[in-house]
Amino acid sequence: MNEEKIIQVENLTKKFGDFTAVKGITFDVYKGEIFGFLGANGAGKTTAMKMLIGISNPTSGKANVAGFDVLSQSEMVKKSIGYMSQKFSMYDDLTIKENITFFGGIYGLSRKQIKQKITQLVEELELQEVINNLVGSLPLGWKQKLSFSVALLHEPKIVFLDEPTGGVDPITRRQFWEMIYTQAYKGTTIFVTTHYMDEAEYCDRVSIMVDGAIEALDSPKKLKEQFQVDSMNDVFLKLARNIE
Amino acid sequence: MSISVQNISKSYKSIQAIDDVSFEVNEGELFGLIGPDGAGKTTIFRILTTLLLANEGNAKVLEFDVKQDYKAIRNSVGYMPGKFSLYQDLTVEENLTFFATIFGTTIEENYDLIEDIYVQIEPFKKRRAGALSGGMKQKLALCCALIHAPKVLFLDEPTTGVDPVSRKEFWQMLKRLQQKGITILVSTPYMDEASLCDRIALIQKGKILKIDSPSNIISKYDKVIYDIQSKNTHGLIHDLKNYSSHYSVYAFGEFIHYIDTNQNFNPNDLQDYLQQKNHTQIIIKPAQTTIEDVFMDL
Repeated sequence: MNEEKIIQVENLTKKFGDFTAVKGITFDVYKGEIFGFLGANGAGKTTAMKMLIGISNPTSGKANVAGFDVLSQSEMVKKSIGYMSQKFSMYDDLTIKENITFFGGIYGLSRKQIKQKITQLVEELELQEVINNLVGSLPLGWKQKLSFSVALLHEPKIVFLDEPTGGVDPITRRQFWEMIYTQAYKGTTIFVTTHYMDEAEYCDRVSIMVDGAIEALDSPKKLKEQFQVDSMNDVFLKLARNIE
Repeated sequence: MSISVQNISKSYKSIQAIDDVSFEVNEGELFGLIGPDGAGKTTIFRILTTLLLANEGNAKVLEFDVKQDYKAIRNSVGYMPGKFSLYQDLTVEENLTFFATIFGTTIEENYDLIEDIYVQIEPFKKRRAGALSGGMKQKLALCCALIHAPKVLFLDEPTTGVDPVSRKEFWQMLKRLQQKGITILVSTPYMDEASLCDRIALIQKGKILKIDSPSNIISKYDKVIYDIQSKNTHGLIHDLKNYSSHYSVYAFGEFIHYIDTNQNFNPNDLQDYLQQKNHTQIIIKPAQTTIEDVFMDL
């Protein structure tokens, strides 16, 4: 892992009226790192993530993502990152080819580049037979793998994955993580949220948000030592239980 | 017998959603349908709750036929669909009153059944259901499914997208309901929840692959699984897949689960191989089989 910081967050805060959803969080993410961003439902993960990808303004504090300030340079942030979520991935009513072309265009790729990307993805994901099929007709696992590739079309430095594997079968879930490993190995930083605690073990470092604040941040191994438990699931349960 | 399903099939146009599915759930049992999205779990729920007709086969709930006696079934079962389907514009209290009234009862009459769940959402009883957090919505939906004191409870993926703490609490609630004599059919894509059921059916692509108790499913699995770890996980997966006698290689938490095709597999040979590939801090040890291992090998 590289020591170059690709995300720097300082006292990042978001308030909605009287309610503080994110309470002055501070952390760094390094280049090529797989960074797990965990927390209970309602802990403030989504709010924090929205600020980092430049679609929600912080109330106070600072965040720099891929060299750009999320408040004053949010458009540049959006261009430098990839994003994939379980809820929104691709357009079901477009074919695979049309989706790739569409997202390539959105990310400002030239026709030639888009053509190259299509050829490359067809080969890597073995899409020869289905390239002209509607995305809606694909099994969920394929969709997820494809939308991960689409999020990487413009070769972003960081990709944000919001619960990328929800509901996916166990084998596809693992194939998906092998894609993540390969991408991180190539130097792309991975910022990922998940409810599967075994997946938390695959991350280089993990942060756990409780009630708007980051309550723990370290490698899975060190977190397990710190809380004297055998699994990340138990770390999570212990942290969230102690708060109540 | 609380639920009996015999050779049920259902297709939507060209898609075979479930294919010749049979299983039985005993009275008071906590029975799990375990499988990923698209396996056909929801179709089974919709047929058993009389919202959908099967193309073939028979099914009975509480000895009532799903076709002929659908009204009797609707009165005696509770159903919590996978999609949140309460009235978003009604408050917590209004939703609960509404469902109680529909079934000709009152909140008070069956309060003891929902009490320990309802007290957790009671502080928000004047809030509209649409404005609740995910965990709260789930608790409200469970209360609404219970308010007429059903004998059988159908829960379609109640914990999907829910964090580990809330999942654990939810399963504790289910155990308490089971102790009150309610038969529960629950589906989940989370394999770790399988072990909390009395019996489970592993289901994929519309077919039931196995039905048994979680402990039997694990003890009947005949392959030896090894936990393997080294400093470089990415390289380790790659190198294990290139090891000539490998059977399967899958990431499992902090370890890789490795199965060899060779009956006389010697871990030392693999250790040597990995050292040659420049792996450091290598660990190879027998692993605990999980439901997920079995599922992946079906």
